[in-house]
Amino acid sequence: MRWRDPLLLIAILLAGWQLLYLAVGDVGLSSPSRTVRNVTAMLGDARFLPHIRETLLAFTQAFAIALAAGLLIGLTLGASRLTGEVAEPILVALYSIPKVTLYPVILLVFGIGMPAKVAFGAIHGIVPISLFAMNAIRNIAPVHLRTARVLRLSPVETAGKILLRAALPEIVTGIRVGFSLTLIGTLLGEMFGAQRGLGFLLMQAMSLHEMERIMSITLVLVVFAAAVNAVLLALERRLE
Amino acid sequence: MHVSLRDVTRVYPARAGQPAVHALGPVDLGLEQGEFFAVVGPSGCGKSTLLEVMAGLATPSAGECVFEGKPIGGEVPDGIGVVFQEDASFPWLSVYDNIAFGLHHAGRPGPEVSGLVEYALTFMGLRDFANAYPAQLSGGMRQRVCIARTLVLKPRLILLDEPFGALDQQTRLLMGDELLRLWRETGATILLITHAIDEATMLADRVGVMSARPGRFLETVATGWPRERDSTVVSSDSFGRLTGRIWTRLRAESLRALGHQQEAR
Amino acid sequence: MSVAGLLRLAVIAIAVGALELLCRTGVIPSLTAIPPSAMVEGLLRILQSGKFTADIVTTLRNVAVAITAAMLAGIAFATVLQSLPAVRRIFDPLFAAYYAIPMYAFYPLLIVILGLGDLPQIAIGFLLAVVAVILNALNGLDRVPPVLLKTARVHRLGAVRTALKVRLPFAAPYIFTGFKLAVAYSFIGVIGAEFITSNRGIGYEIAFAYNNFDNRVMYPMILLVLVVVITINMSLHHWERRLLERRRRS
Repeated sequence: MRWRDPLLLIAILLAGWQLLYLAVGDVGLSSPSRTVRNVTAMLGDARFLPHIRETLLAFTQAFAIALAAGLLIGLTLGASRLTGEVAEPILVALYSIPKVTLYPVILLVFGIGMPAKVAFGAIHGIVPISLFAMNAIRNIAPVHLRTARVLRLSPVETAGKILLRAALPEIVTGIRVGFSLTLIGTLLGEMFGAQRGLGFLLMQAMSLHEMERIMSITLVLVVFAAAVNAVLLALERRLE
Repeated sequence: MHVSLRDVTRVYPARAGQPAVHALGPVDLGLEQGEFFAVVGPSGCGKSTLLEVMAGLATPSAGECVFEGKPIGGEVPDGIGVVFQEDASFPWLSVYDNIAFGLHHAGRPGPEVSGLVEYALTFMGLRDFANAYPAQLSGGMRQRVCIARTLVLKPRLILLDEPFGALDQQTRLLMGDELLRLWRETGATILLITHAIDEATMLADRVGVMSARPGRFLETVATGWPRERDSTVVSSDSFGRLTGRIWTRLRAESLRALGHQQEAR
Repeated sequence: MSVAGLLRLAVIAIAVGALELLCRTGVIPSLTAIPPSAMVEGLLRILQSGKFTADIVTTLRNVAVAITAAMLAGIAFATVLQSLPAVRRIFDPLFAAYYAIPMYAFYPLLIVILGLGDLPQIAIGFLLAVVAVILNALNGLDRVPPVLLKTARVHRLGAVRTALKVRLPFAAPYIFTGFKLAVAYSFIGVIGAEFITSNRGIGYEIAFAYNNFDNRVMYPMILLVLVVVITINMSLHHWERRLLERRRRS
């Protein structure tokens, strides 16, 4: 039952794509079937694999940093009421600024190449992860803490058994959002001033008007992002 | 007959996993123009369903409901006002705008609207709160806003579904007096649904006693009060007798209804 | 101002002050960054000279168009979707996964389809913003108490007027939340797109200045974006609080 709706949605999207293709023609779009064939070809082609590897490498490092730093910052700031109150508007403001405008600064600091991409991806992910983690800690209902005291748990046990369990769903939500944003950040970093990676390929295909290449790469990215998001979402639901 | 119901039945159709629910009827009822009729019955007996059918909010599964000579279908006819148990005031409008709401939609001209609203504000004792918002008022005040909003359209039939349910006893008694004033002022036919027997006996010309689900009228008791009455009737002897008679009839039904609830668990 | 507010100002002041100090003493070379005071000075100079006014206007206008389109389309779509539960269930997975998808990946696609003008940037801003509007509007519409809908029927309002006069006003606070997100996302979308490929707009000028090693233009422009976005978000936050004052139980 639960599989029916997403499958129906995918079917509708594919149908819409096909119709759009029939309407716009080869100059504007590529058909779903051709794109899928392209993707399989691309994944097997030795020239593309280094780019895919580059993006994956940059993304993994960026996400690792965002995760570690975000959790550290968020959990620390959330622990005290004052720090949480002071920090929240700052984090919310950071969340809403177009971080792409900070990219030149990153490039100036790190120079062009992998470190810049990683840093750029990381700053995208740090903010939501720390914001959600901080709020997760702040939102732990006081009754949980009181329960811990009544049960006479040690601080470590309290943290592990109760705090973590109560805060985990929201932390996972933050991680899920951070994942998506880090991916966007890494990709964005590659679209401007990079020589390798999927983002670079995307821009290159655009300047050469290679419709099929554009759509194949886009499809790979979309499927990857949607798949991981679905997994994390399922994890989130399981935790609630 | 201002309103008449004949063999009105309402059955909620079966849904996924739930059997069909025979909520109401068959019910026969006739209301004279300008009459004040109260309905009492045990919880879940279908009183609210009765009101919804009479208002045109729900269609009967069988039977017919006729208002001013025309049968009531799936939509609310002109001339009917409804006051619900829950707070139905619009939180984004001031008290004044809440009351004026229906008038604006009926396309009444500006000066007429302000005249009618001012009158309703004074009548319901809301003068000082005209610019306040519902969130700033107590539950009783908000119900007054809803009543004012209904009254200002001068409906010929007013249906009230446990309107004072959320209020404390003393406020209820005072609101009962206001309802009587409203009734005399507008000359409307009123149907009041309440679970409070004393409220029904105190306010109505006739009280309909409803059975447990599926709701049917077991008996109709005439109170014989004069038109110019208020809550002080509670001190008369006949009040106690009437209330006692109704409760005796109702007690068995309430026990049956309780049994239904326990079965359903 | 509260203790937290004062502390916050102090934190920001210390950070800016530290940056100023590091730049002035040369620890941070001028090729990497210029001091905050020079950024402010440069911004004032740029605004006075009017050299980039056309770009600023272009960007702001594109953002406004994206926001308006997202609000109108989003609210309309949400209103319709809310009354068609079967269709809505089909869209649910899309909405859940939507913000995971790197929207910028579609940018080259949009350029090829829509051409090199302002439309691709507006489209990206719109695409990022519209689902936030839809989700928040749906949230608000879901919460309309049934008694208000029954009241609308008693007043014989009809479907369209019920939506306009009862449902949407009730959902207004939630729609406002969607509006705040629409503003933030439209800025992110439009300026990001301008940065990647464009021939005008604030994002473009920042990229251009970077490519020409012109820090004295680049940093003030970055500062401009930050100031505009933060100011707008803060104003919306305060406006929202005032708007909702009346509706909060006192």
